[in-house]
Amino acid sequence: MKKFAWEHWVGILGLALLFVGSYVGLVVAPPERYMGDVQRIMYVHVPSAWTAMVCYTAAFVAAIVSLWTGRRRWDAALVGMIETGMVFNALLLCQGSLWGRATWGVWWDWDVRLTTSLVMLLLFTGVLALRSFVEDAEQRASWSAIAAIVSYVDVPLVYFCVRWWRSLHQVQSSPETVDPLMVFPLRTNAIALVLVAIWLIARRARLELRRRQHEEVGEPERREPIHD
Amino acid sequence: MAEVSSMPPQDVRESRPGLVRTLVTQTWTILRKDLLLEWRGRSRMVSVVLFGTVTLVLFSFAVGPDSTALRAGAAGFLVLALLLSSTLSLSESFRFEQEQRALEGLLLLPVDAIALFYGKALASTLFLCLLAPILVPIALVLYSVEMEPMALARLLLVWGLAAAGLTAPGTLYAAMTSRLRSQDVLLPILLFPLVIPVLLGSVKAMALILLGDPMSQLWSWTLLLATFDLVYWILCGMLLFSHAIEE
Repeated sequence: MKKFAWEHWVGILGLALLFVGSYVGLVVAPPERYMGDVQRIMYVHVPSAWTAMVCYTAAFVAAIVSLWTGRRRWDAALVGMIETGMVFNALLLCQGSLWGRATWGVWWDWDVRLTTSLVMLLLFTGVLALRSFVEDAEQRASWSAIAAIVSYVDVPLVYFCVRWWRSLHQVQSSPETVDPLMVFPLRTNAIALVLVAIWLIARRARLELRRRQHEEVGEPERREPIHD
Repeated sequence: MAEVSSMPPQDVRESRPGLVRTLVTQTWTILRKDLLLEWRGRSRMVSVVLFGTVTLVLFSFAVGPDSTALRAGAAGFLVLALLLSSTLSLSESFRFEQEQRALEGLLLLPVDAIALFYGKALASTLFLCLLAPILVPIALVLYSVEMEPMALARLLLVWGLAAAGLTAPGTLYAAMTSRLRSQDVLLPILLFPLVIPVLLGSVKAMALILLGDPMSQLWSWTLLLATFDLVYWILCGMLLFSHAIEE
């Protein structure tokens, strides 16, 4: 009987928490004073941003360990973390665009937070592009780890830019200044999305490990018909 | 029986160079080699200059004959011309090493990977700096920008910092992509997003020099540019390049 992988339990828990957090955020939490119900997109937008940066930070660590040890499981984890981070990064940009349209009146602005977030997505897309051109598995692992480490330079920039420069995007809030009914769904969804990310990373890493094993073993030999 | 000292004789210890001196010597040798190759292949330099010039002209077609808009965008056009020219020169710098497996020969000598990186990155930076005396006057004429002589010196300094910011990650990625098919596509895909902070800092700094700096912001943008240069030169050279070129 096929074993139920541990990450499925993590994913189920994450989805359940996402449901709870989203319900509270959409139905129970009060509307924001100035933006009204438009602000409710925050309950997925902010957790998506945090999750993307957590995934990229994990990818950074995995890249260092992959370079250090040369073990294929760390390369597989690196791929999972980058791809999952990119999914949340893309979601963050789409959600932000919708929110920006409703509040600023534009789909996009060359604000420093938005620009650095877009650059972050492009950087890690480049890492995946590099992987697709390298045939040797060990070289692919080594080079994509290098590219991931260099690309990570942008991630702290995304987080701190709103403090360093004047930005259209708001600065990070503190729980002390936010209504508790808003803090609960925000934190719940943040935990939920991290759990969902762990699920996705684990699944993707397993797939990558299996692909690499097939690569190393090679295709099974075709059985040619025997001719007399 | 006389005791044998484990220490080498005094004259041998004195003649064995230190690590830093070895790195500096090797870096200088690689730098000289690359500059000599550039000098011998001067037609390539001419091609890159022509490419930069054509790029500057194309930008003016993209904007149209609006001299105000051209003047306002002059800094950005100059930096983009530098960026596009850099991808040509960076991919070429490792093409030399791929011919007859010259890179393997260098590593077997042995040449330290750190010295190899800094030698090649410095050579690429100097090469790009040589574009400035040609492209900057062309841009000043095409975009109707007037500038004082002292401002020109500041502009060339910012150009040098921008070139350094492009060549450090560019040398790292060129070392990797030179061994791949579609290297001409892959190098820009990898490099361009990474150097956006360098582009941003250099465009802002050049714009302040060309158009005026009433709020005295030039120093802070130049500092941002220099900070990214330092981060990339240390990260790419000391920590990552050796992994990029190992077989």
